[in-house]
Amino acid sequence: MGRYLVRRLLQLVPVFIGTTLMIYLLVWKVPGDPFAGKCGDRGCPDNYRAMMTEKFQLDQPWFVQYATYMKNLLQGDFGTTWSGRDVGEIIAIAYPNTLKLALVALVIEGVIGLTAGVLTGLRRNGFLDNLVLVSTLFLIALPVFVVGFVLQWFFGVKLGIVKPTVSNEMRITELLLPGFVLGSASMAYIARVSRTSIAENRRADYVRTAIAKGLPMRRVVGIHLLRNSLIPVVTLLGTDLGALMGGAIITEGIFGINGIGRTVLRAIVTKESATVVSIVVVLVLVYLVMNLLVDLLYAALDPRIRYE
Amino acid sequence: MSDILVSEQSAPGADGSGRPSGRLLEVDDLRVEFRTRDGVAKVINGVTYHVDAGETLAVLGESGSGKSVTAQTIMGILDMPPGFVTGGQVRFHGKDMLTMSAEERRRIRGEGIAMIFQDSLSALNPVFTVGFQIAEQFRVRRGMSRSDAKKRAIEMLDQVKIPNAKGRFSNYPHQFSGGMRQRAMIAMSLALDPEVLIADEPTTALDVTVQAQIMDLLGELQRERRMGMILITHDLGVVADVADRIAVMYAGRIVEEADVYDLYAKPAHPYTLGLLNSIPRLDEKGQQLRTIKGLPPNLMNIPPGCPFNPRCPMAQPVCRETVPPLLQIGTGRASACHFAEELVNRD
Repeated sequence: MGRYLVRRLLQLVPVFIGTTLMIYLLVWKVPGDPFAGKCGDRGCPDNYRAMMTEKFQLDQPWFVQYATYMKNLLQGDFGTTWSGRDVGEIIAIAYPNTLKLALVALVIEGVIGLTAGVLTGLRRNGFLDNLVLVSTLFLIALPVFVVGFVLQWFFGVKLGIVKPTVSNEMRITELLLPGFVLGSASMAYIARVSRTSIAENRRADYVRTAIAKGLPMRRVVGIHLLRNSLIPVVTLLGTDLGALMGGAIITEGIFGINGIGRTVLRAIVTKESATVVSIVVVLVLVYLVMNLLVDLLYAALDPRIRYE
Repeated sequence: MSDILVSEQSAPGADGSGRPSGRLLEVDDLRVEFRTRDGVAKVINGVTYHVDAGETLAVLGESGSGKSVTAQTIMGILDMPPGFVTGGQVRFHGKDMLTMSAEERRRIRGEGIAMIFQDSLSALNPVFTVGFQIAEQFRVRRGMSRSDAKKRAIEMLDQVKIPNAKGRFSNYPHQFSGGMRQRAMIAMSLALDPEVLIADEPTTALDVTVQAQIMDLLGELQRERRMGMILITHDLGVVADVADRIAVMYAGRIVEEADVYDLYAKPAHPYTLGLLNSIPRLDEKGQQLRTIKGLPPNLMNIPPGCPFNPRCPMAQPVCRETVPPLLQIGTGRASACHFAEELVNRD
């Protein structure tokens, strides 16, 4: 286990360098004048150009730029924007909001998806089963902005039971609707995966053994059946958390949440290259770590899997 | 199927009145069918047998003869649907289990009647330790504390002669060898000290040398605890040492029931005779193995008359028309063959 962990962590190094380099080149080395549009219609004055060229090492070859960036990054310095704001600070403000939204979405999709999956898996072809199958198909088929706008209009405007947008305090109650929207597609997948998994496992021999032991039905289902059926679902949830923490450009946009998704979108539009690179680097890192955690979780859930 | 007569050897209380008959476990004229898309398969067609405390009944038959389905119906773990119980009773201490409430029935499982399964790898839960799966019964059914339950579970593992029981408590099923896993399975089934143990082909998945060890262990535990044991098998060799009585099943019926000695010495049904003849013998080395010709009947379309008649070397016209009832011949034995007397009295 220890060796496996070390090996996996070492594998992260080349992946991290490869992805960050790619992002760095894509953002900084696109053809065109980095100063275009920066100073309005008149173009930038020469002394500003000189200052920024020095600050961002624009006259250096790309590998020097990249090396300097990585060196600073390893010291916790995410760089600055054109106007001199610390990118690390921008991330520090936006990221907790994204994290909060991601966790709310994860809890909603986990609880609703799993409940629906377990109930329908135990009793297939009933009314509930058909309802879940049809509604999950809807959620999977509809793009997130449709679900988002429709629910925002219905609950926020028509019924008026929630505020259509989220305030800066990011209260949990305000996040329920955006969280549902963000997690809706994954929720549908989780419902379907857990339904199949439960239906498959409920005829398993060990379930039969558990019944033959005279255990109460809720223990047979809640302990023996569920624990086995959860393995694929938890993996799905873990991978999904990695994706959710990457921010949600569309959902954050619809509900006016100042999260990482909206920040990166704004940075792309305003050509804040340093911000774009740093945020994407953080997201890559989060995703890599989440992936590793899911793999480890997998081994914890299924004792037959051993890593060495 | 209404023309099938039922064995007349029924004990008092077998008339459906539910009076205690003194019998520990009785299966009485049980009928089960599987309703599938392709049609209705009549899997159990009036099975009657019983087991008393301290005795071992072996239920013998080919795959598909209904021996496992009978056991599953007794345990209440038959998949329903597609399975449907269409008639008969399963009485435990004289009380019909098929009409009990689910809760009453659950209480009998494990404590009254326990079961050992054929494939211990799939029958044990792969994600829990063997110890947990044994101790769980003490915790749930006996309300023991975690540490007491663990102590008792280790004792159980010790009783089935698993070396280093304490250390193996926290092993997972896949970390056990086949024989050790079947021992753990036995420990689990005996945890609540059941009165009846149903062993469904307990040694089929094991090596021959291990098979003997497991059978010895089962026999020993059965005698020690004076349990009633139903041993389901298709292996005549396994039966001889352990069983007191044998019930031979064919196409969802009991075709012969007898003491072990009588059955081996003088089978009273041509099917039993065929089974005995098909045991490979050392003094016939090099010759072709003897088999029973033909295949077991399709349970969706059981032939009229005696279900064995298409394969029977002794079949007469009467066999194609009338279903032979399971009738007593001599003391303590019964046969469902029109020519049972002739078979027993020949030579």
